[in-house]
Amino acid sequence: MSDHILLPEGSIEKQTTTLNLGPTHPATHGVFQNILELDGERILKATSTVGYIHRAFEKIAERRPLYQITPLTDRLNYCSSPINNMGWHITCEKLLGITLPKRVDYLRVIIMELARISDHLICNSIVGVDSGAYSGFLYLMQFRELIYEIYEEVCGSRLTTNIGRIGGFERNFTNTAFERLEKFLADYPKQLKEFENLFTRNRIFMDRTIGCGPISAERALNYGFTGPNLRAAGVDYDVRVHTPYSSYEDFDFTIPVGNTGDCYDRFLVRNNEMWQSLSIIKQAYEKVKQFKGVEAEVFHADVPAYYLPEKEDVYTKMEALIYHFKIVMGETDIPAGEVYCSVEGGNGELGFYLITDGGRTPYRLHFRRPCFIYYQAFPELIQGGMLSDAVITMSSLNIIAGEMDG
Amino acid sequence: MSLVNATIKEKLTEKFGVSLSDWQEPYGMLTFTAPKDLNLKVLQFLYDDEELKFRFLTDLQAVHYPDSKGAELAVVYHLHNLADNVRIRFKVFTDIIKPDVFSATAIYQAANWMERETYDFYGVNFLGHPNLIRILNVDEMDYFPMRKEFPLEEQTRVDKDDEMFGR
Repeated sequence: MSDHILLPEGSIEKQTTTLNLGPTHPATHGVFQNILELDGERILKATSTVGYIHRAFEKIAERRPLYQITPLTDRLNYCSSPINNMGWHITCEKLLGITLPKRVDYLRVIIMELARISDHLICNSIVGVDSGAYSGFLYLMQFRELIYEIYEEVCGSRLTTNIGRIGGFERNFTNTAFERLEKFLADYPKQLKEFENLFTRNRIFMDRTIGCGPISAERALNYGFTGPNLRAAGVDYDVRVHTPYSSYEDFDFTIPVGNTGDCYDRFLVRNNEMWQSLSIIKQAYEKVKQFKGVEAEVFHADVPAYYLPEKEDVYTKMEALIYHFKIVMGETDIPAGEVYCSVEGGNGELGFYLITDGGRTPYRLHFRRPCFIYYQAFPELIQGGMLSDAVITMSSLNIIAGEMDG
Repeated sequence: MSLVNATIKEKLTEKFGVSLSDWQEPYGMLTFTAPKDLNLKVLQFLYDDEELKFRFLTDLQAVHYPDSKGAELAVVYHLHNLADNVRIRFKVFTDIIKPDVFSATAIYQAANWMERETYDFYGVNFLGHPNLIRILNVDEMDYFPMRKEFPLEEQTRVDKDDEMFGR
């Protein structure tokens, strides 16, 4: 036994520094560990470790009836959980062959695009924070609050929403919800414009982000990039256009693309997508307003075996009582099938691969989590750059720990 | 939408003959099974062919079928032709005692972590993978948790003798 601290072999001669960026680091916005090999401040090599908040959702889902899996999807990308919820409902509806009334589709589009805005505004304002500009974050954050108030009015919760049901929504949108939506549509463009004025042509911000963490279109495709990060590299792939779901084909919008795939392009793509989302919401709201009278009361499809009946009917009608009981106790058999369905999540193609064998629970459920797939490119993106570039690259990729670990 | 499922099937059958089997189209997505020693050849062919151009690996995962002896684990690939916007799915089956499947990392960088995840949860041994170690679970774990021999308690179990709830 030696009284001295024993240095590992080769540690004296080593010219480089090993730095643990994470798992809990104020600059990484989540539980990520990156072991960096640094020469001064330049990154020679990076090794990513993930899995700190793995919660075994796929395993848990194998023992749950369909409607109880929705709260699990909330916790994937928790910045835009309504999209995850809707994605899951749409997958179930595809499996069960349910077609929805148009009004429900449009209401879903409103909620999903609000979620996309809340996702992108967080990401972009955090890129601002990480490059040293805090005020943009404060400007936009109050509008996420407005979006959350709309969610709250529709489903009762804010962050992990569990919004909607298989077949539609749990209740119709109230007037308050539409009033809040109108307020959001009226106020947000001004604020977003101001945010863009602060950043887009800001010399300091441009110098900081242009050429930082770039990726070519070819590499991005090979790495399985989807969503804004792929589009920033110049590939116009968007699930909403390629495989329209929830009546996205009824809307008129463009897909913004960048060309260098660096932090600045990712920032621009996300900003432009927020404008597009605003336009989609306006169109959807106009379409929803077209429904009058009885049609304006439609907020779910007629699927009694999967959609919970009105509580009043449960007390007074035999059939409603039976369905209520069977749904709540998870005693509905799901038809056997194999389905892959994807939606355009905040970060890219969020896919659900569902296999059922005729039992009451999925036989296998796999979430295609976009973050998990594109985060493996992170070491390549930051190699050769400065340490501070690694921080800003990570936030502009919008890595969400919940989505990555599943 | 120039490329249709029938063309894909024709081209694949022409190249690989009868070794590809179990052709299906659940919900419009062409699905087939390939022998496990052919998986790289099929992937490479789908990638290189000028008409097929399946150059985007959407997803890769495994499924455990404990009852089919000798073919307990299925590795499922979801591929996407972005130009023509066609998706296909193909599966290779392997036994659970020696679950060796060739790694697709040489074709798709994206397969790296997907295969690590599949290894982590199902124990599929991807031959030729550069760094096949656990990714989401702890390194010390000595079993593969998503296999069906590790059940959670089923909330909807039917074996309970509970008169109150009519089970």
